[in-house]
Amino acid sequence: MRRLVVSILLLLLMAARMPAFAQQAAPPAAAADSVVATALADLGSGDYDRIRHGVSALAFSGDDRALAIIEALDAGTLYVRADHKLFLKSPSGAILDAATGKAAPDVMASGLHEVRVNNPVRSAMDAALGSLRLLSPDAATRTKAAEAVFHSHDPRALPTLEKAIARETNAAARRRETQARAAVVLFIPATPLPARLAAIATLRARGDLDARSLLDSLHNQPPEAAAAAHTAVAAIDRSLALWGVVQSIYFGISLGSVLLLAAAGLAITFGVMGVINMAHGEMVMIGAYTTFLVQQAIRAHWPDLFGASLIIAIPAAFLVSGAVGVVIERTLIRFLYGRPLETLLATWGLSLILQQGVRTMFGPTNQDVGTPAWMRGSIDVGGLSLTLNRLYIIVFAIAVLFALMAALRYTALGLRMRAVTQNRRMAAAMGIRTPWIDALTFGLGSGVAGIAGVALSQIDNVSPNLGQNYIIDSFMVVVFGGVGNLWGTAVAALTLGVVNKFLEPVAGAVLGKIVVLVLLILFIQRRPRGMFPLKGRAAEA
Amino acid sequence: MKTTLSTPLTLILVLGGAALMAALNLATPAGSAMHVPDYAIQLAGKYLCYAMLALAVDLVWGFAGILSLGHAAFFALGGYAMGMYLMREIGARGVYGNAILPDFMVFLGWNHLPWYWYGFNWLGFAVLMALLVPGVLAWIFGWLAFRSRVSGVYLSIITQALTYALLLAFFRNEMGFGGNNGLTDFKDIAGFPLQSAATHCGLLVISAVVLCGQFLLARALVASRFGKVLVAVRDAESRTRFLGYRPESYKLFVFVASAVMAGIGGALYVPQIGIINPSEFSPSNSIEAVIWVAVGGRGTLSGAILGAVLVNLGKTWLTGALPELWLFGLGALFIFVTLFLPKGIVGTLAQWPRRKRSAEAETETSRPAPLSETSP
Repeated sequence: MRRLVVSILLLLLMAARMPAFAQQAAPPAAAADSVVATALADLGSGDYDRIRHGVSALAFSGDDRALAIIEALDAGTLYVRADHKLFLKSPSGAILDAATGKAAPDVMASGLHEVRVNNPVRSAMDAALGSLRLLSPDAATRTKAAEAVFHSHDPRALPTLEKAIARETNAAARRRETQARAAVVLFIPATPLPARLAAIATLRARGDLDARSLLDSLHNQPPEAAAAAHTAVAAIDRSLALWGVVQSIYFGISLGSVLLLAAAGLAITFGVMGVINMAHGEMVMIGAYTTFLVQQAIRAHWPDLFGASLIIAIPAAFLVSGAVGVVIERTLIRFLYGRPLETLLATWGLSLILQQGVRTMFGPTNQDVGTPAWMRGSIDVGGLSLTLNRLYIIVFAIAVLFALMAALRYTALGLRMRAVTQNRRMAAAMGIRTPWIDALTFGLGSGVAGIAGVALSQIDNVSPNLGQNYIIDSFMVVVFGGVGNLWGTAVAALTLGVVNKFLEPVAGAVLGKIVVLVLLILFIQRRPRGMFPLKGRAAEA
Repeated sequence: MKTTLSTPLTLILVLGGAALMAALNLATPAGSAMHVPDYAIQLAGKYLCYAMLALAVDLVWGFAGILSLGHAAFFALGGYAMGMYLMREIGARGVYGNAILPDFMVFLGWNHLPWYWYGFNWLGFAVLMALLVPGVLAWIFGWLAFRSRVSGVYLSIITQALTYALLLAFFRNEMGFGGNNGLTDFKDIAGFPLQSAATHCGLLVISAVVLCGQFLLARALVASRFGKVLVAVRDAESRTRFLGYRPESYKLFVFVASAVMAGIGGALYVPQIGIINPSEFSPSNSIEAVIWVAVGGRGTLSGAILGAVLVNLGKTWLTGALPELWLFGLGALFIFVTLFLPKGIVGTLAQWPRRKRSAEAETETSRPAPLSETSP
């Protein structure tokens, strides 16, 4: 029954537009052959409109050669000779005759021209490949093909789609195929009402923007179906709005985790020691460049280890940035204790030198830091698509925070650090070498900044200016959270991230940032010591 | 405390130098050995405007202990006010020939002038705005900050955030200040063509006179009773408060005065440079201004002027001769000055004869303010 409907529809369509395809309605093999022959002639014609029709005709001819030819066209390996005969280059490099599928060794490559495509041809190709690949043995290919059919909702794909659904074994692919069938069915005028309502329900259950726009574009529907589509659009809008909020929160947490990473080291150097290190951003940058160098070395000597390159880079970046930090403390900052404004100026100068030094060594351009395979891709949770690298960075930021807290609380060094910051002279009297603790504390903060550089190399451009983008934000986070308080830093980073992401859609990215800055300025005026100020005598030191 | 010599010396050098350069530029033919080239006039004018900014920074940092890392914002706001006047002055001579709308607005497809551009066709109004806008912003900001006793590094960081926020804001096309490109292609100022050397000489001399005026005013301010209290606030804010003064009022006044001075500098800067764009708001500009003061001598007004001119001379020379090295040089300067020359050039020179007389003098000279004044 349905097949008949489709055939009639096709007849109507073709009678209206392309007389050449009228034979397709007649099933015999000879007729199919002539359809293919016409389609091939169209493909070789050099006229975009005819190529487009040729692609569609070929795809729905049911001919075995169709997939290879259209894939060749898609890959740019379909060629036309001066006499309009088509040839394609097989993956092995051999030239085949498109009409027969046999090798054509005597054809000179120089006499062949690539069949050119434009955007309408490309979309016809996508739809065609969609329906052709629906029967592919690979579930992922089938899923993708069903998506293509969903977008083209070309009624001619229906028979293949039915066949594919009937023998589908993979649940995800079946879901996509059912959705594609729903989309196709809605665009066939003869579909009865119950099937229509079922299709609308399927699309409503899909619930994403594509389903929404498809439902929104429906017209000439029976009143009940139109009403159902209308409610479905409203329902999808509601759920999209909800997912939008969830997504903003997720993006906010993601941004917050980046801020936290950038600010965690500063929470030590500025928060615990009270040193205004304007070169903090450059410690992050050094960490990112260490990652780059580690990857270069791994690429050159142990390519198999590339997946682990970031893991290897973490201790390397910690050591390099930490060592630079210790050197800075010993040669510069220790002369400026108790003079924060001078420290600020001197470290600013230092940051200029470090930036220019890196620029001289590596050049001003961005360095290419690769992403290991396990960090690529994304996972879908409900209406959300979470990119894996962001997800790992969130986890990593939390891990760094806890490691830092544990280091301060449970290690001997942490104990000494706290002793020195709380009462330097008493600590010295107990036999702690305070100058060394200063140097190591500063090194710890710088090393954590270096670790942040490893993470930032995955989401930001690794250039000499990398650190500059984070320095003001980092200070804001530390000041907002309350100096000397790691929990405060974490809460502040997350708050700032989430607020930023919620303001962005309302106010735009730049204005959102300005609003956040102004709010922060006002906040600091209200509570100059941050959200979680330290209490007691230590706070006034 | 400052040497009695430095004031007349500064005035003579600034006024005399500017007048001499202008005279040599106008009176001698272009080929002559005595001729001062046009670009030197422009550069000198630029340095004097920077000196005004340095003076403004020195007034708040050297005498009130407020390290503002956002003073270039006031400078740039003054510059934008002047730039808006120069933009309106172009009139129908712009690329699009629109008598009312500046080119960039026509380009953006705007069809009427935003309200905040009204009045900028008068030079007097623009000058008034160059004073008022920085002043009012400084007053609001300072009132909020000083009243809640934000001080030291916290204040520095939020001033930096202030200029950063303005930087982002002025980058937006929707703000109506030319976005990324800023304001440029000026034709003339009060009828004098900006391409001519004579106009530039005039602007140089005006800048010199204004700078000297600001210098004398700042001197009078710090030498007065007010200035004494200010230094007391810098060195021991809590103690001053306990003595019955209101430190926040003193700080607020000097902060606003300083912002206005910076605004004037910006207003004179734009016609001589011929462009104002959002990069003037970038935090690094403000920090550079701080280093001019540090080099010349914090707390010595003549030192601020000297530092601004010296550092910028070095910058012009080094960015021309060895552009790679300029940032190294600037960075090293920051470190060198803070480590080895904490009083700057003028401060060190002023201290010399006295050190011979008594070793005790050290304690009395202007030591940097203790940072985290704990307030009860």
